[in-house]
Amino acid sequence: MPRLEPRAEASQAMRFAAPLVALLVTAGITACLMFGFGRDPVDGMRVFFVVPLESARGLAEIGLKMTPLLLCALGLALCYRANIWNIGAEGQLLAGSIAATGMALSIGPGNSHVAGLLVVIAGAAGGALWAGLTALLRDRWNANEILVSLMLTYVAQLMVLYLVNGPWRDPAGMNFPVTRMFDAAASVGAIVPPYRLNWGFVVALVAAAFGWVFLFRSRIGYRLQVSGNAPLAARFAGFSEREGIWVSLLICGTLAGLAGAFEVAGPLGQLTAQVSTGYGFAAIIVAWLGRLTPLGCVLASFVMSLIVIGGELSQSRLGLPGAITMVLQGVLLLALLSADTFVNYRIRWR
Amino acid sequence: MEQLAPLIAATLAAGTPLLLAAMGLLINERAGVLNLGAEGIMLMAAVAGFAGGYHSGSMLAGLAMAALVGAITALVFGVLAVGLATNQYATGLAVALGGAGLSAFFGLPYVGKSVPFNTTFEVPWLADLPFVGVAFFKLHPLVYFALLLTAATAWFLARTHAGLVLRAVGESPESAYAIGFPVRTIRLAAVAWGGACCGLAGAYLSLVYTPLWVEGMVAGRGWIALALTTFATWRPWRIVLGAYLFGSVTMVQFALQSEGVDIASQLLAMLPYLATIVVLALISRNPAFIRINMPASLGKTFHP
Repeated sequence: MPRLEPRAEASQAMRFAAPLVALLVTAGITACLMFGFGRDPVDGMRVFFVVPLESARGLAEIGLKMTPLLLCALGLALCYRANIWNIGAEGQLLAGSIAATGMALSIGPGNSHVAGLLVVIAGAAGGALWAGLTALLRDRWNANEILVSLMLTYVAQLMVLYLVNGPWRDPAGMNFPVTRMFDAAASVGAIVPPYRLNWGFVVALVAAAFGWVFLFRSRIGYRLQVSGNAPLAARFAGFSEREGIWVSLLICGTLAGLAGAFEVAGPLGQLTAQVSTGYGFAAIIVAWLGRLTPLGCVLASFVMSLIVIGGELSQSRLGLPGAITMVLQGVLLLALLSADTFVNYRIRWR
Repeated sequence: MEQLAPLIAATLAAGTPLLLAAMGLLINERAGVLNLGAEGIMLMAAVAGFAGGYHSGSMLAGLAMAALVGAITALVFGVLAVGLATNQYATGLAVALGGAGLSAFFGLPYVGKSVPFNTTFEVPWLADLPFVGVAFFKLHPLVYFALLLTAATAWFLARTHAGLVLRAVGESPESAYAIGFPVRTIRLAAVAWGGACCGLAGAYLSLVYTPLWVEGMVAGRGWIALALTTFATWRPWRIVLGAYLFGSVTMVQFALQSEGVDIASQLLAMLPYLATIVVLALISRNPAFIRINMPASLGKTFHP
């Protein structure tokens, strides 16, 4: 029987090899799934890992999908480091997109160039408010943040459905559940038209840089991590547990809200029932895959973006069900967590 | 008064999947394992149960299939979280996400299909009683089974040696291991049992309650069941109370809609989720109370 034996010291090599091993395993399972569905696995792999990278348009689309994934993952990485199990980035993203839409719809047409900025700020505020609810319930009433943040995600999803079907529905929208299109002034501009990649991508990269400084070069970031890793030591040092709850959740909400704003004010140009295709959940995996570090999150969001786009392409080109994206995300996280075991343990046969 | 009877029946029917799932999760948690994958497990089992019932033409075969698939899916979580000592929170999340995706994948051929058997039942003779008959005796056998399961769980935990060992593993795995109990085997068994119960809950949704397969049809009930164990402070009979309380929230939602109250259906659909938050906040507001009742090693990995 093989048995796990604790390593004397955590293996640094395994820490960085684990994501690669997990990716290989996931790619292997993808190939098996394709084979099982009667598709050529080589062709399928090409759709996932080569086709999106072949054209400038493809690269721009990858950046476009990276934006919400990276923004949410940065916030989640911070939460998880502080041992706050926020899994409601999806809801915070939706709240951000609702707030951004509210702002965009209330600004009159032909307004000044600050309109776009106001929309983005409203989105950030909406996301922060939504995460703040989780923080308040956890701080004031000790309610479990995992369950609260997830329940609030369901509420946010229903709120989006209510708004696009009810008060905000575009009268000229042929009865589709969408709001009217935002004015150009209230939108976030593309970096290099005609590609859809917008300035949100730059904001996300800047946020990653700030995230690094915050986590590894600031006192408050240090306090959060101590609270997360060693709550008793943190209490002994006089670090506030409440600070950890509020700061990590509010930052995460702000970033997720920004992501929501960049979606509605960017590629979508309106609020729709399908404003998010699960970016907030995929970002949980991105955060883990990126080893809860900002730079890692940048790389991981690139990989996840490939999976998301590959999933869409395999739908249109190979006729595979769209749920393949979620399957691969789950497999990737499971593979990663198993591989992580070997950072701290090794196998002994006997 | 006469209108009340169907409302009671609807409450019991809506509370049953929560009761079944939470009763399984309770066994998990009393053994110290927090399985956040409940939602994914229920979805996998819902589609498996539907497929089993659809192809065999027998509801029992569907339920058995669902319990089996539920246990297997939970064991994926168990092998990682118990065997490989991975983080329980993250592993559970992975199972929740993967289960949602995989169930949609497998469920495609069954969208829009219906099961080839009758899904309504009534208890002979008792169902003809006035009022009581409609309120309590025209429900699916699983509704009564869920109550039996509660009694069995309560008896198991409080009155049997095995139940005592299970609780010891949840309170202090180190001590239990030192005495010589196979902690990880016990935890794996608890995880498999919890998965089977979640499986029945999923199959109840796809074979009895809806009865259809719709992508994502569990709609957060797995998460609400997780909240119920906290609400019940890890006691079996309090879960019954909580489950039916949530059943009544769902019932209120439908009752208001059928009365033609002028509130958008999406806003009414928020009720169960908001109720979960309120209930969690009320029950958790005294941290000491929760700490006393919570299994001491809940969510912590154990590796000898």
